[in-house]
Amino acid sequence: MTDLPAPTLRKTALFDLHERQGGRIVPFAGWAMPVQYRGIVDEHNAVRQRAGVFDVSHMGRLFVVGADAERLLRSAVTYNVAKIREGRGHYTLLCNDAGGIIDDPYIYRLDSQRFLVVGNASNADRDTERVRSFVAAGMDAELLDRQEQTVMLAVQGPAASGHMARVIGPEVAALEKRACTELPFLQYKLFVSRTGYTGEDGFEIVTSIEAGRAIWRQLLAEGVEPCGLGARDTLRLEAALPLWGHDIDETTDPYEAGLGWVVSLDDGADFAGRAALELIKAAGPSRKLAHVQALDRGVIRDGCPVLRGGAAIGAVTSGGFSPTLGTSIAMAYLPRDAAAIGTELSVDVRGRAMRVVVVGRPFVPPANGKQQTAKGAAGTENRRATTDNRQQAPTADNRQQTTDGGAGA
Amino acid sequence: MAASPDDRKYSKEHEWLKIDGDAATIGITDYAQHQLGDVVYVDLPEPGATIAQFEKMGEIESVKAVSDLFTPASGEVLEVNQAVVEKPEVVNSDPHGAGWLLRVRLADASEAEKLLSAAEYDAFIAQSS
Repeated sequence: MTDLPAPTLRKTALFDLHERQGGRIVPFAGWAMPVQYRGIVDEHNAVRQRAGVFDVSHMGRLFVVGADAERLLRSAVTYNVAKIREGRGHYTLLCNDAGGIIDDPYIYRLDSQRFLVVGNASNADRDTERVRSFVAAGMDAELLDRQEQTVMLAVQGPAASGHMARVIGPEVAALEKRACTELPFLQYKLFVSRTGYTGEDGFEIVTSIEAGRAIWRQLLAEGVEPCGLGARDTLRLEAALPLWGHDIDETTDPYEAGLGWVVSLDDGADFAGRAALELIKAAGPSRKLAHVQALDRGVIRDGCPVLRGGAAIGAVTSGGFSPTLGTSIAMAYLPRDAAAIGTELSVDVRGRAMRVVVVGRPFVPPANGKQQTAKGAAGTENRRATTDNRQQAPTADNRQQTTDGGAGA
Repeated sequence: MAASPDDRKYSKEHEWLKIDGDAATIGITDYAQHQLGDVVYVDLPEPGATIAQFEKMGEIESVKAVSDLFTPASGEVLEVNQAVVEKPEVVNSDPHGAGWLLRVRLADASEAEKLLSAAEYDAFIAQSS
């Protein structure tokens, strides 16, 4: 137990509902958030098999509006936002001048002049300041931080679509993967996208506090499982989605993180970090973010050294237990020659060597993945991501880079 | 929370000790399993190993975190509960019964005097929660 002086933690607009639901509250990125209600494994399994709802109102929600909104965002992020069609979203990166990752926001295009930037809770203010720093004289672009005024929910799982259709409206179920739209809900406006951070089919909602509370209650009344940050972490780890502050940060670059597909160099735009990223890409990363699965019992945790023949060759950036696989899984930066699928290594877990094998990503495919790929729309999106990857060496990592999630932690 | 069973003694580290002649069974309490959350791994000493009262004897991992296990009594490990090694979630579902961890031959039965009664333990956890 740590006895740190309790700083004033921010609470989401659903905090009282979490307490009433028996949520176990923990501090996270300056917020008092539920880590679990019934139990992490039950909540995890609910999302893999049925549906769960997460309060993710701690995430940053920055609207960028104006005739020059696209131009502004293009100068700030690595991905060519001009390629994001109206009613679509895409994973992006904010990089520093050295090519290090400041944050990995998901950007949605509502219409030609309005974007929603969803960043990590711990980076929300920094993201806003970073984007603001690219506002040039005479630019028509306004930044509207809507974290205080809105609620953000993630409704995830193979049954999410049916629940959303009943609670929000049937048109929601027709949304394609990574699509977004705005709808009326009661007398409020509601943003909804078919994205998430669990590896499953699902939706993310941004709406007013009143509407958000009503939707939360209705989803629970439908039998949707309330889920905390614990399950959010085990789900995203099984989906091999990176978490900023763990797997990516300002000391890591997109190429070694397997995120080269989010860096658009072909449009010639002079975005932040471009010069450094061109050099990194030309040289080729010396290490890469690899995915390992334990062959022995035990739980690999963040920071555990990865060993080859007794020598440390890397460290775990995210490690934990996979409820779906029943074994521990982890991500770690490894030298390229140790990162090939099938390579057997070991991880030092507090002095005990656990055997691991390098596997592909994701660790766990979505429950309805096959059906989704069979659909035209999802398939098109996937092929596009694969095309972006062809600029790089064809590694297994790139081939499987089609399961990019939505908003991060 | 239900009262702790009064057929055994408890440590402030949330382990229980159920004495049966010169042997005893060791486990963690219902309060402890609740605090830990979903248990996914237990690392226990091998049969034949010697353990010393209040010293670390192993580790227990939940999805969330790893915690040290401390033994409530000194002795020699007679048996490790293989059911818990195979299915650690038994610690959550039946911590005072099928979720026991070790059987030990007690080195010194009088050590039990340093442990809490069920009523004392329940008062102790009521304070800490």
